[in-house]
Amino acid sequence: MITTKGLSYTYRGQKKIEFKDISILPGGHWLLLGESGSGKTTLLHLLGGLLKSQEGSIEVNGTEITRFSEHGLDRFRGQHYGFIFQKSHLIPALTVRNNLLMAPFLAGLKQDEKRLLEVLDQLALREKEHSRIRELSQGQAQRVAIARAVLNRPTLILADEPTSALDDKNCERVIDLLLNASAHNGATLVVATHDQRLKVKFRNQIQL
Amino acid sequence: MNLLLLVWNYLKAKPLNTVLNIFLLSLGIAVITVLLLFNNQLQEKIASNAKGIDLVVGAKGSPLQLILCSIFHIDFPTGNIKLSEAERVVRHRMVKKAIPMALGDSFNGYRIVGTTSEYALLYKVELASGDFWKNDLEVTLGAVVAERTRLKIGDTFASAHGLTSDGHAHDENRYLVKGILKRSGNVVDNLILTNIESIWKVHDLAQGVAVVPIHPSNLVPSVEMRDSIREITSLLIQYRNPLAVIQLPRFINSSSNLQAASPAFETARLFSILGLGVEVLRGFAFVLILISGLSIFIALYNSLKERQYDLAIMRSMGASRRTLFVSIVLEGSVLSVLGTILGLALGHGVLWVFTIVVQESQTAGVTASAFYVAEAYVLLGSILLGILCSLIPAIQAYRTDIHKVLAGS
Repeated sequence: MITTKGLSYTYRGQKKIEFKDISILPGGHWLLLGESGSGKTTLLHLLGGLLKSQEGSIEVNGTEITRFSEHGLDRFRGQHYGFIFQKSHLIPALTVRNNLLMAPFLAGLKQDEKRLLEVLDQLALREKEHSRIRELSQGQAQRVAIARAVLNRPTLILADEPTSALDDKNCERVIDLLLNASAHNGATLVVATHDQRLKVKFRNQIQL
Repeated sequence: MNLLLLVWNYLKAKPLNTVLNIFLLSLGIAVITVLLLFNNQLQEKIASNAKGIDLVVGAKGSPLQLILCSIFHIDFPTGNIKLSEAERVVRHRMVKKAIPMALGDSFNGYRIVGTTSEYALLYKVELASGDFWKNDLEVTLGAVVAERTRLKIGDTFASAHGLTSDGHAHDENRYLVKGILKRSGNVVDNLILTNIESIWKVHDLAQGVAVVPIHPSNLVPSVEMRDSIREITSLLIQYRNPLAVIQLPRFINSSSNLQAASPAFETARLFSILGLGVEVLRGFAFVLILISGLSIFIALYNSLKERQYDLAIMRSMGASRRTLFVSIVLEGSVLSVLGTILGLALGHGVLWVFTIVVQESQTAGVTASAFYVAEAYVLLGSILLGILCSLIPAIQAYRTDIHKVLAGS
């Protein structure tokens, strides 16, 4: 699924961050554990094609993504990944429905009405379809973000600190949602976090 | 979902900003549109009214007044000229055609023009009903006159002295309506046409007309050549060849009582006088448009800061940098197109109200329902303005560093 070799990244004027070679197999849930400043986000962004100009190789689903042009990487990202961030980062000007439909639109995929309703049902958002983002509770907004990430049936879902700002109860709820949604849609979930509470949920753990 | 829908939702999310931007631009465009419509129609009218008339000869005075009076019928005569002197001009070899006119009276504010059938031929007017005037005191009405005064064929009316309906009434001699002209879109619509003899008759100058003249006048055949009493107001002249431009005005102006005025030259002069006001208004409109452009730029630029997460998220979902660039440019363009369309509509609307409130504008032939190619250029120009104003924000969107934004540093 994901294999890296000799991966490193250098921020301008800073020390080079070297990552150990990792290998993530398809169909499981993976935890990238590391303290703040250990380069988890950098690694996750490199794996997700959000950050370029690194050294080393990253192979995703048999494709060497470091060789992509900027535009090629955009395409690949849209069709293979779903992203979850610490905040839900929905587009406030759009309704729930249109926020979700942005995913297939921007990825250049078909906007499938059936699939949209299916995902809305999965995350218990059916009656919020036409709501404005402002009208959602925090929990609902998180569910919309998860729905958006799985809508295109990506093979990989990359989550960056999805739980670090939540209390224990909400942390449990969100991670269960993520695990379920990933499993349900056949995606491999990779979570980068320093949140030790998640350790019990993941069998596959990579310590940075 | 598509880009236009996205842009529309962004605009809808900030209704006050959007309305302000559209309204500001539409004001500027509306002023431009009104000026454009007004100017174009006025020039068209002037051109069609002055068509076929190379020179106007009348009494000495303001040449502009002579043109306004004899061609556009919106000013008073400069005075009268002796028929015998006019005949001398007509005999000049450079004169191809000369149409005499006797002005001075009106009915309900519509001018009565004593002239020959040549005048009707000049404007190629056609009859809607009835007949052209033939005998003294018979008139043919322009279309607008007939519509407004509700005069019908067979009706009679008394003319008034001057151009207002409260002038001295010539009650002794009543005119008889013989015919009504089709609408022609030029000045004839607002005129009452009759022969020159009628004007003389109304003004008690018709003594001794009964005898058939031995040497008929080359202008008014019913009177003797070199008549010493009779006068007319002006002569419309067509040149025989281009050389006349140099010779004829000089020949006429050398005569002590006559002056020659060129419609082309005088209307150009009139426009240069009016031009200053038009230029000031136009400048004002361009300032408005400039400000609205600036306002669109500022709105987009500011919203970009709030939207940096939106942009980064869109990139993470597969949007290319070009897509973001296009979406911002599209937003500026949608604003400017909406503003322009509203402005064009507003311009036509203002003119429409104007033509209803100010009756004279209708007689001048100004209408709100005329459209010009220039309006398409206005639309095109404003799309360019929208693109221009959104270029810098769009480049910024293009350059969004998604890693930095999403990593929160």
